[in-house]
Amino acid sequence: MLASDSTQLLEPLIYDLGAPGRIGVNLPDCDVPESPMPAELMRDDLALPEVGEVQVVRHFVKLSQLNYSIDQGLYPLGSCTMKYNPKVNEDSARLAGFAHLHPLTDESGAQGALFLMHELQQWLGEISGFSDVSLSPAAGAQGEFAGILMIRQYHIDRGEGQRDIILVPNSAHGTNPATVTMAGLSVRELPANDKGNVDMAALHAACEGELRDRIAGMMITVPSTLGLFESTILEVISTVHDAGGLMYMDGANMNALMAVVKPGELGFDVMHYNLHKTFSTPHGGGGPGSGAVGVNEKLRPYLPGPVVGVIEAEDENGAPLYGFVMPEKSIGRMKAFHGNFGMHLRAYAYIRVYGDSGIRDVTRYAVLNANYLRAKLMRTYTVPYPRYCGHEFVLEGHVDNVDDVHALDISKRLMDYGFHPPTNYFPLIVPEALLIEPTETEVKEDLDAFVEAMEAIAEEARRDPETLLNAPHTAPVRRLDEVRAVKELVLCCAPALAARAL
Amino acid sequence: MGEWKTPAELKYAESDEWFAVAGDIVTIGITDYAQDQLNDIVYVEFKDPGDAVEAGGSFGEVESVKAASELYSVVAGEIIEVNSALEDEPEVVNADPYGAGWMVKIRASSLVEIDGLMDSAAYDAYCDSR
Repeated sequence: MLASDSTQLLEPLIYDLGAPGRIGVNLPDCDVPESPMPAELMRDDLALPEVGEVQVVRHFVKLSQLNYSIDQGLYPLGSCTMKYNPKVNEDSARLAGFAHLHPLTDESGAQGALFLMHELQQWLGEISGFSDVSLSPAAGAQGEFAGILMIRQYHIDRGEGQRDIILVPNSAHGTNPATVTMAGLSVRELPANDKGNVDMAALHAACEGELRDRIAGMMITVPSTLGLFESTILEVISTVHDAGGLMYMDGANMNALMAVVKPGELGFDVMHYNLHKTFSTPHGGGGPGSGAVGVNEKLRPYLPGPVVGVIEAEDENGAPLYGFVMPEKSIGRMKAFHGNFGMHLRAYAYIRVYGDSGIRDVTRYAVLNANYLRAKLMRTYTVPYPRYCGHEFVLEGHVDNVDDVHALDISKRLMDYGFHPPTNYFPLIVPEALLIEPTETEVKEDLDAFVEAMEAIAEEARRDPETLLNAPHTAPVRRLDEVRAVKELVLCCAPALAARAL
Repeated sequence: MGEWKTPAELKYAESDEWFAVAGDIVTIGITDYAQDQLNDIVYVEFKDPGDAVEAGGSFGEVESVKAASELYSVVAGEIIEVNSALEDEPEVVNADPYGAGWMVKIRASSLVEIDGLMDSAAYDAYCDSR
């Protein structure tokens, strides 16, 4: 938390607020015999802050006041990073019966939680058109990993273990090629055409050439990271299926499709959901994530487990009995216990509150808001793919005839206008990319204010570019030294303190 | 546009590496345009001397505050030297991409792919068109 002259702290480190012996709690006298800690587990080089409760509370409240959050204003990183988290989610997650439930509780004592997980599995399946869902992956990348392991095992079981290539478009999230590599398969990148879709000629060449028998599948994000719906998606899917491969959908951008387009009905075999994006569970600093996977009949036996099933059907004596079931040929566990249950609970509350038509409205408003911003901002900035977008769109972050101003400068200046910056420099295939996602919750007045700020910044870039190059001017912290931040990683206060003591 | 340096004695790839040929030794780095687009470079990693590189294959990667990119060689051969000074001071690539910012030297098994590269005028036009 350094100020711009890099010596003055806006708030001291918590270590510097303490004094020896100062404590926040009084522990009662020990009423059982003490047993000594094994010597090999003892260390004395770990500095711990010694502070009272009030100091801790004030310290973190001050830090939170230096922050900017979606509860303060428009946050165009969108569902990718943090869409609005409804407070009813938090109320639900704090219900004592859920909050205090131990993960090792016998199934008979956890029927409420199991019912909730079972219903969430069914709802997620229905929203995306898949027959079965596992909630166990801990986050999106783990959902991807589970999906590709399932595809791999499917081919091995059919005697086609030589299928080792996963096709990935060049606009993909970086996690996609990483997932493929982690799963022991190899990536083949496909270019985009001038409309931002997958280049069909390249896809046909890959699927119909000498590599045909090595195609394990394809990972694709719909809408793409450019915010564009793949207008040839049905042909993409049938081309890969004809080659014997399976289709994986990266569900990161489901905010544009939810309950309107069902990936399972398009022909996808597996996808992951980011409950922490689309379904509004906290993310970015709050977390943890949750990356449920949905599959069709082909991959059902391979789902990561355990999943929640009905152990005894409902009868005249009462409700069904729910329990954990390991799918027949499961790729195994992705995580201890049952996934991030607190996130299942919040996602459940989100879907329950909106209901069927409300979820569809979320998608419609998200897409409407993005297209409204795109249409307005096209008057001032270059939109490289000027067609209807999904829940987000990409601008080129430069102003004509002002070469010194880059996307980063525009983003920094936005902070002075009271807005969080959008995603910078992704996707990589657009120079100076600014990826803007307003989400469904913003009203027209706030969208208009954002447009006005972007227009004012373009005017400043022409008239007085220095204002942008030195921005932000009003944020608690001025322009950061990004190179130093990347090269001098200081992830814990203790080593910093040790270094200072030298 | 077109304010990037493109020395006339070098050859250029569409993936923005430059190639200098002396006998069968090919020295490779990234262009002034590439370092300008990447912005501040914070990390480089190369294969080791003695490693083989395929034609069109990767010899390492470069990471900036904006992005991480693979580095490609059009020629196949054996890496005989890497510029290990860049590991501690990758910013030299920004400051002097054609000099102290050179990356690897490869003993090429064939130079035929060099003929398919762009000369400086063609590369200038290519950068202006982007």
